[in-house]
Amino acid sequence: MPNISRDEVAHLAKLARLAVTEEELDVFAGQLDQILDAVAAVGEVAKDDIPPTSHAVPLTNVFRADEVRPGLTQQQALAGAPAAEEGRFRVPRILGEEQ
Amino acid sequence: MTDLTRLPAAELAAKIHAREVTAVEVTQAHLDRIAEVDGLVHAFLHVDAEGALATARAVDADLAEGREPASALAGVPLALKDVLTTKDMPTTCGSRTLENWVPPYDATVTRRLRRAGVVILGKTNMDEFAMGSSTENSAFGPTRNPWDPERIPGGSGGGSSASLAAFEAPLAIGTDTGGSIRQPGAVTGTVGVKPTYGGVSRYGLVAFSSSLDQAGPCARTVLDAALLHEVIAGHDPLDSTSIDAPVPPVVAAAREGASGDLSGVRVGYVREFAGEHYQRGVLGSFERALGQLREQGAEVVEVSCPNFAYALPAYYLIAPSECSSNLARFDAMRYGLRVADDGEHSAEEVMSASREAGFGPEVKRRIMLGTYALSSGYYDAYYGSAQKVRTLISRDFAAAFERVDVLVSPTTPTTAFRIGERVDDPLAMYYADLCTIPANLAGNAAMSVPSGLSDDDGLPVGLQIMAPALADERLYRVGAAYETVRGPLLDRVPELKGVSV
Repeated sequence: MPNISRDEVAHLAKLARLAVTEEELDVFAGQLDQILDAVAAVGEVAKDDIPPTSHAVPLTNVFRADEVRPGLTQQQALAGAPAAEEGRFRVPRILGEEQ
Repeated sequence: MTDLTRLPAAELAAKIHAREVTAVEVTQAHLDRIAEVDGLVHAFLHVDAEGALATARAVDADLAEGREPASALAGVPLALKDVLTTKDMPTTCGSRTLENWVPPYDATVTRRLRRAGVVILGKTNMDEFAMGSSTENSAFGPTRNPWDPERIPGGSGGGSSASLAAFEAPLAIGTDTGGSIRQPGAVTGTVGVKPTYGGVSRYGLVAFSSSLDQAGPCARTVLDAALLHEVIAGHDPLDSTSIDAPVPPVVAAAREGASGDLSGVRVGYVREFAGEHYQRGVLGSFERALGQLREQGAEVVEVSCPNFAYALPAYYLIAPSECSSNLARFDAMRYGLRVADDGEHSAEEVMSASREAGFGPEVKRRIMLGTYALSSGYYDAYYGSAQKVRTLISRDFAAAFERVDVLVSPTTPTTAFRIGERVDDPLAMYYADLCTIPANLAGNAAMSVPSGLSDDDGLPVGLQIMAPALADERLYRVGAAYETVRGPLLDRVPELKGVSV
């Protein structure tokens, strides 16, 4: 039995906001299954008593002085915008027809 | 007249600062070389001739007025990986998503290079968002290896390493998440260093896997890498993971190493880094390297790091998990590619269509893999276990560094493979990072230095040197000593001149 089905990959793509094609699904499903087979090896040594490491250099509570610093101007912030209107980012509608 | 493109950065700087040549002449020589060979090599995504010459003119003007050079590398040209932001040049990360995007700010690395008077020639090609080991995942076409244009220059920083081996630049910047500085260095016969995690600021380094990403120097000699390391390293309040400690004395260590004497240095070779995935010629080169280190006075012993076998699987869970989160920022709303914005589609549909159109297959694979590894129900088995493996790898390093000063291994299991050979087999591609990943997971410093040509295919091989976190200077001491005795390699790169585009 595979680690991951084609339907599960389709669901993942939806969660990840990737409008993948049917052809891509066929390819990705097989590849992801093969990769998951290989990476599952971590389970062989990851015993209960081993603490996890999320970061190689343990640093906590890094603060800086709370000083006013120049930020981006409106023009700079909008310079790379796919669409702008009246000094704001213009985005597609966020509600569906039924809402 | 000396060919200025053949000189190491240290010599170029000395000539510029002594006013034997101008920074403009040096810069122009490299721009000419780029114009001559980059049609074939394709190391650069963007060349900023005007900006580079303007920087060079400013350096020359300073020197003419008797001022001290801004740094040891003032006036020396450099190629910058296209994953570091530049407010006067596009920053694409090799992705269609960011095609033509000009960031509104400079990365700290970029800012430090400018402050040091380093001449930025342009931006180099890379695997999309630094995901890959061959630079074939660039949306803008592959980079070719100057040793053999049919082969890959490594990845993700193949543009940076190829620019050095093609004599288009004497210095380059790379970034290394799983080997993206060291593996390209190995397969192009150049030097690449991944500093200790937190040693170089990540501010303005477009994030792939934040707990692993680290920028570092690429060069043709160990001393040049050290000089560049000192320019870019150091604490940065804009990066909360930046280490607030003095930069290790890497230049002094490189100069000390140049004597070639390694008496009293304890070197461990990792037993686990050999076997079925390793090319015979690579292992042969590594054996010779161990012999040479012994002759130079080092005490060479075998060390076992049993959990290193699990580094590759752990990496291919941790890096995709972090990438799935980091790349969520490319939502087609504030910057980057937007498609299907026709008034019919919702923001969510536009987002999905834009990401589908803007990302290549490897980026999509990793985003989905990471999304899977982080999802409830699978988290403990995959991401949680991978984080435990990370602890085990750090323990293996800690135990090893009680016995030895540095660890060594081949940098890569094979020499440069052919373009196209592994594109349809992601797992085969991942094996290129087999030896480089442990240092990323543990945050250690590591270097690749050329160890000659493989006797089965005549292509460059890299010797990897690994040091404990914050002991980056050990890499430079051992690397420079090894390099001095081994001798130059890049004078054997085939001539690229006269190649038609």
